[in-house]
Amino acid sequence: MFSDVIARPWLAMTGRKSPWGSGDSGNSAESAEEGVPEGDAPAGEAPKGPRNPWLPPEGEGPRRSASMDDILRPRQRKGGGGGFGLPPLPQRPDGRSWTGPVIAVLALLWLGFSTTHVLGSNEQGIVTTFGKYTRTVGSGVSLTLPWPIEKMKVEDVTSIKRDLIPEDEGEKLMITSDRGLVDISYLVRWNIKDLKLYTFQLNDPHDTVKEVAEAAMRAAVAEVPLNGVMGGSGRAQIEQRVRERMQAILDAYRSGVKIQGVDIKKTDPPQKVKEAFQKVTVAQQNAQQDVYNAQQWAQQLVNQAEGNAAEFNKVYEQYKLSPEVTRRRIYYETMERVLTNNDKVIVEANGVTPYLPLPEVRRAEKAEAAQGGQ
Amino acid sequence: MLDRLQEQKGTLIAIGAAALAVLASVVVVPETEQGVILRLGEPVRVINRFVPGADFGNTGAGITWRIPFFETLQRIDKRMLSVAMERQQVLSTDQQPLEVDAYARFRIIDPVRMVKSAGTTARVEEQLQPILSSVLRQELGKRSFQSLLTAERGQAMRNIRDGLDREAREYGAQVIDVRIKRADLPEGPSLDSAFARLTSQKEQEAATIVAQGQRNAQYIRADAQAQSAKIYADSFGKDPKFYDFYRGMQSYIVTFANGKQSGRSTIILSPDNDYLRQFRGK
Repeated sequence: MFSDVIARPWLAMTGRKSPWGSGDSGNSAESAEEGVPEGDAPAGEAPKGPRNPWLPPEGEGPRRSASMDDILRPRQRKGGGGGFGLPPLPQRPDGRSWTGPVIAVLALLWLGFSTTHVLGSNEQGIVTTFGKYTRTVGSGVSLTLPWPIEKMKVEDVTSIKRDLIPEDEGEKLMITSDRGLVDISYLVRWNIKDLKLYTFQLNDPHDTVKEVAEAAMRAAVAEVPLNGVMGGSGRAQIEQRVRERMQAILDAYRSGVKIQGVDIKKTDPPQKVKEAFQKVTVAQQNAQQDVYNAQQWAQQLVNQAEGNAAEFNKVYEQYKLSPEVTRRRIYYETMERVLTNNDKVIVEANGVTPYLPLPEVRRAEKAEAAQGGQ
Repeated sequence: MLDRLQEQKGTLIAIGAAALAVLASVVVVPETEQGVILRLGEPVRVINRFVPGADFGNTGAGITWRIPFFETLQRIDKRMLSVAMERQQVLSTDQQPLEVDAYARFRIIDPVRMVKSAGTTARVEEQLQPILSSVLRQELGKRSFQSLLTAERGQAMRNIRDGLDREAREYGAQVIDVRIKRADLPEGPSLDSAFARLTSQKEQEAATIVAQGQRNAQYIRADAQAQSAKIYADSFGKDPKFYDFYRGMQSYIVTFANGKQSGRSTIILSPDNDYLRQFRGK
């Protein structure tokens, strides 16, 4: 096409210069005739115009992405155009040449993302083919068919999930077996033991776990008296029972859930009777104190007795060796101490009426007492 | 080239139409659903019906066919569903009110019947809810307060489940389990009286604990006294006469020769006193 456009004017020139040329009119006629092929390139747009009424006048760019036909056509033309293939890329058909690659990249990404799955060590994936369960895959890299055919649902199975019940801090009273009331909150730890059952069996597995926990806890608390719930050993017993009961119910539901444990966080008396509960605590402390004091006293008493007895035994051993001497010695020593510390009056009884100034004695005592008091 | 394009257009349209037809006739029923194919509103077959114990992957789930536009697919949940009962008051035989929260778990086992009777699972839930409350109230109303609290131990929960199950079968559903989630004393006089009872109970408990503490302390003291008496008896019993003398001496020292005690005593001694024996020079 390009060579034609160049060749025709040259031929026309030769025609004009040729001596045997029939005349200018002929040449002009010829050139006029040639004009049609000469204007082939601009005319090329003209016939396309009516065929593509949506063609915008500015350029062909937007048209390219207009429809499948247009995408097909430029490719064919590009092939025919040979040398024109490279320059148009950055120029006009930006839209055209990028749509393809972009689509291709997107498709590749989509394929990549929907076929390759990397699962963490705590994850498992359920693969379904058109909704039908095919397999469960473990951790690592695994391949599936692309999205609409196979789907993978990944779930964390080994990590322990924790649910605090009740979720809010408000007072939630439970009735105990002796009709007591206790405000209780607890933590349920669980994980998924069978992802297949977990995914397909229950409408809302997480909610089910919580509801089952509530029911099991209520039932367990209703079997234990209030002091058992509040006390340490009863708590452990309840935790154990709730765990077992929950597991039994969830297994019956075929839920694929494993209860790892139930921990009672708090067992408080109801707010309105807290004072009475505190009285009990105080009473317990007082009682404990009483017992403790008595034990101390008892210890002292026994020690004292042992000490006295030991002393007596020692002295008695010596006494047995020489009873009379020991006895007299002790007697005199004692009397010495007694009489040196006191006033002594020795009365010769026979024939003498002793005068004992008793008030005098009392006065002396009083004076001494007053002095001692000051 | 244009001709070719138009030809391609034709084939494209044909392919598109075929694809549409295929799409319209292909249905995907996932593992979590059962499907009822309705031919002009009349159920003709069930896809992926619930079979107890069937292993996933071997059920009827997956891709199936239907006649487009002529047959429609109704999807029904295959999983276990729940009905929550609104909190309501139950009166025990001993006239104690109790507010009860319960739930039931059920599953659609007869999709055709369900489609005919209720239409959707939400409607089934709606239908089951009042039945659950009435069955529950009836069954629990026969019991004393104490056995209400431990309803799981007896036949009560089983009766409720069976009662609800009978009704649920009408809707193609099977009731798996009924559980009481909460059982509380209703606000007002009954809760207040419970608080009052609890308070007096606790006060009594406190008094008892104090008395017990005192009793225990007394036990301990008495034990100690007995023990010390035994120690003394064992020791002093060896020679009561010497004990009498020895203890007497100790006692005199404490009584008369204790420097800390104020007050001196005046001791009047007769010359006949044993202490003054040597005094007499005899």
